[in-house]
Amino acid sequence: MNLKSISKIFLIVSIPVVFLSLLSSHAISADETTDYPVPPPPFSEGIFPCSGCHAGMEVNTNIRELSFHEDIKLKHFDGWCFNCHNPDNRDVLRLASGKIITFKESEYLCGQCHGEKFRNWKVGVHGKRTGLWNGRKEYRLCVHCHSPHQPRFKPLKPLPPPVRPEDSKYKTIEQIPLNPLNSIKE
Amino acid sequence: MLKKTGKHPLYKSVDRRSFLKGTAFGLASLAIPFGTSDASVWDAFFQKHFREMDDDEIKSVIKRMEKEYADEYKTDFKIKTTGPLPGVKFGYGLDLSLCIGCRRCVYACVKENNQSRDPQIHWITVLQFKNGERWVNVFEEADRYYNPQEVPEEGHFYMPVQCQQCENPPCVKVCPTQATWKERDGIVVIDYNWCIGCRYCMAACPYGARHFNWGKPHIDKSEINPDVHYFGNRPRYKGVVEKCTFCIQRTRENPGRYPACVEICPVGARKFGNLLDPESEIRYCIENKRVFRLKEDLNTSPKFYYFFSI
Repeated sequence: MNLKSISKIFLIVSIPVVFLSLLSSHAISADETTDYPVPPPPFSEGIFPCSGCHAGMEVNTNIRELSFHEDIKLKHFDGWCFNCHNPDNRDVLRLASGKIITFKESEYLCGQCHGEKFRNWKVGVHGKRTGLWNGRKEYRLCVHCHSPHQPRFKPLKPLPPPVRPEDSKYKTIEQIPLNPLNSIKE
Repeated sequence: MLKKTGKHPLYKSVDRRSFLKGTAFGLASLAIPFGTSDASVWDAFFQKHFREMDDDEIKSVIKRMEKEYADEYKTDFKIKTTGPLPGVKFGYGLDLSLCIGCRRCVYACVKENNQSRDPQIHWITVLQFKNGERWVNVFEEADRYYNPQEVPEEGHFYMPVQCQQCENPPCVKVCPTQATWKERDGIVVIDYNWCIGCRYCMAACPYGARHFNWGKPHIDKSEINPDVHYFGNRPRYKGVVEKCTFCIQRTRENPGRYPACVEICPVGARKFGNLLDPESEIRYCIENKRVFRLKEDLNTSPKFYYFFSI
């Protein structure tokens, strides 16, 4: 094979490769392995991978008070850990169908019951959406806003109300408070 | 008698024509701001209406303004004059079943759009209603000063109100200097250099969305956003009217970011997109949710859609 034919083959191969890579780069995601571009799940620090502790433990399927995860109080339907968690491998989740999914795509798990919310979430109507209105959008997993164990949205402290006209009193620029948004850590 | 002493200038007779001429020139000279004999004051004074300027004139106006702002705020400003994107009409959706009244949107807007901190101006007003209270068309008496420890409060709901970007805007009709108009992408804009501060538009707006700079706007230099648009968040002057522009400096880009209030909303109640794009989020809301618009009976035809998702 001479150089010319090699370069020809290279060209033929490279065109669809470049085209495909362009296509996939168009759908940029925080994680290329998931169906929706979501940031990593909000694990408590040092908790993941679960197999770090659970690997050698015997599986106890009895419903009981937990001795280690005492901070988890389940206020979310009449359920139990293994409705969602996988007893055979704690590093993944398990759908009702028996299908195994990772924590990065937990929206499918929530969507089993909350189908309407899931539909709205997929089209960007339920849930927070940031990014570009005519470009790449950033999704959030359900669990970024709703704790899976206590899904009700936590109340927030409101930022200060507007100044009443009769209370406008600032005399010097130093007396004007800075934007209260800056003091929020979220 | 007068004619005899006519040689002395004080006794010179003045006919009606030269008297009027002199008076006119004299008064005109009083109006010239001699104290600030900077050329830019002249340029600002004789600046043409924005839509009558050609590209070169706009460029020189922007250059002058960038210098003025840089002198005043000690920051380099980039003033954009980006026009409307073709095939775009902006629409906004707000899910009232999700809004918890936390006012994050109000202050994100202040931060992005360089509103005056003193006298205080907020483009977004969050209203609190008791469940069952009359509300949609009589929100002028709603509580906007609520300040509990935590929101949402039991038995209440919240409705943020800002410029509704009407298709048929009453504020535009009343402006005597045509300093405000609706652009092709549906955003109602204000040229702060043509606003004379008569506040007719504020009286005409049924939503209370326009705000007046009663004093010189004060913003701490550390909080200035230097990425500005001519019609949007460039620092305002005393005596001009301002309002929400759907973050024109962000959304008129291709690709463009969401408005600041959409980006900050912690519950994701705010939706934004192109009404002419059938795939957009806002179109989905309009087609699948029970949407309503404020004071629809006034025929202002807002492009701001409220809905309940639950």
